[in-house]
Amino acid sequence: MDLGHLIQSIPFDQVLVQTVNGIVTGMILALVASGLTLIFGIMDVVNFAHGELFMLGAYVGVVTLAATGNFWLALVSATLVITLLGALIHVVVLRPLLGRDPLTTILATFGLSLVLQNYALWQFGPVARQIAEPFGGHFQLFYLDYPWYRLLIAGLSGAIIGGLWLFLKYGSYGIWIRATTQDRVMAQAMGIPVPLVLTSVFAIGAGMAAASGVLFGPLVGVNHAMGLDWVLKAFIVVVVGGMGSLGGSIAASIFISLLEAYAALVVSPAQAVIVSFVVLILTLLFRPTGLFVPTPK
Amino acid sequence: MSPAVDASREPLVRVEAIHTYYGKSHILHGVSLEVGHGEVVGLLGRNGVGKSTTLKAIAGLVPPRQGRVLLEGQPISHLPPHKLARLGIGYVPEDRRVFRLLTVMENLRTGLDRHGVTKARKQALLDKVFAYFPVLAERRSQAGGTLSGGEQQMLASARAMMLEPKIILLDEPTEGLMPRMVGQIRQIIEVLHSEQVAVLLVEQNVPLTLEAGQRIYFMEKGEVRHEAPAADLHVGDAVIHQYMGV
Repeated sequence: MDLGHLIQSIPFDQVLVQTVNGIVTGMILALVASGLTLIFGIMDVVNFAHGELFMLGAYVGVVTLAATGNFWLALVSATLVITLLGALIHVVVLRPLLGRDPLTTILATFGLSLVLQNYALWQFGPVARQIAEPFGGHFQLFYLDYPWYRLLIAGLSGAIIGGLWLFLKYGSYGIWIRATTQDRVMAQAMGIPVPLVLTSVFAIGAGMAAASGVLFGPLVGVNHAMGLDWVLKAFIVVVVGGMGSLGGSIAASIFISLLEAYAALVVSPAQAVIVSFVVLILTLLFRPTGLFVPTPK
Repeated sequence: MSPAVDASREPLVRVEAIHTYYGKSHILHGVSLEVGHGEVVGLLGRNGVGKSTTLKAIAGLVPPRQGRVLLEGQPISHLPPHKLARLGIGYVPEDRRVFRLLTVMENLRTGLDRHGVTKARKQALLDKVFAYFPVLAERRSQAGGTLSGGEQQMLASARAMMLEPKIILLDEPTEGLMPRMVGQIRQIIEVLHSEQVAVLLVEQNVPLTLEAGQRIYFMEKGEVRHEAPAADLHVGDAVIHQYMGV
């Protein structure tokens, strides 16, 4: 069967369902990746522990949900707890490495990810925990009962990213962050407390990862290794979107998630993941600055 | 610190025998100088004698390993650069270093959005620099990187003025500008002087420095070797030839 026939054999409604799925996954991925890209942009730190912050956020959500029964409270408390943990990690692990070879920060965050992952395994055990969806409504999407919750996560992720964008664009602290990203020395000379800005950005990125962990928890289950898949994809997105570019990461998240969703129509979902790696390799080969940023002059 | 220090009789900035290093290379070998309140002081010397490093040491960007920097009699050389900026030390580096992706207004806000500055005060400060540099008002929504060299110099100086500084450290403002822009730099220094802001000016342009400065220090091999009132110096003088090689 040639490609034309293959494509024609896919029912149109399946394509639409996969479009919705791709966008929903893409928005969650964008939430993970925008924290990662923000951190990379401002401190040139590749945070290999980002996936573990995502995972720990989900676990804080699980614990809070078990104690209170309130999903939204779980979301808020996970975000706050992991934001504080992010600040602590920055002060204790990363600030002392400021100005060293980037390799040291890669090793430090990689080591941290192992510590956090094994802590979660020790604390919560190997069996995946469930986070119940906050509400169970469905609507009819062609042949599927599509859960409203999925659309809600996409919307909430969009809202959080939008809030971040507004904060960066118009807030005084947002201007501090962008100034520090562009020229750390000059930012200091303008009275911007750069060490505090760096810690805050790491904390904000950690909080965003935690929020995505809780939001996505109901769809995949929570276990100690869940961070790995996501951080791998988030890294692909950050590279394809252009290192440090927030808009690029968001565009790349949706682009790659859609590609994977469409590929899953033809091959098995496990094989569909290959598509993202192909995109990554092609990007590195032909446009290493990223697909979704203006061509550098 | 000791209450006996009378700020009005102290010079604004006093640099006492500072030594700085980049890694293992010893750059400043005991530089000492003073800048009075509202005074424009020139720092002349050949390339590589440590003029820029002196400014960076005062701004806290290259902290001295020995010696002290005092601001109105208080030692400040142990403070991080952002605290020094808040204490009133403005720094305009050699390559201007405007935030290229930030708009003109956002560049100004980096210095303006501080605690304890009222809305009215912020507006007054903006009105003042926009009155001095109308072109910045016109381009307030334009990215800093799209401005011409002269405009970037204005922006870098206006940005430092947002800190309401007591002194501005001005590093080679004419560097990389067309010769006809030197008048604009002269105007910027006059603006700062009329605002009672002291200026420590590092320059290669001798006529500009002699015209704008009140006192001149000459540096050689990481030390201040000579000091003279600007009025006593002329472009062709032997002392200038000795230290500048022109």
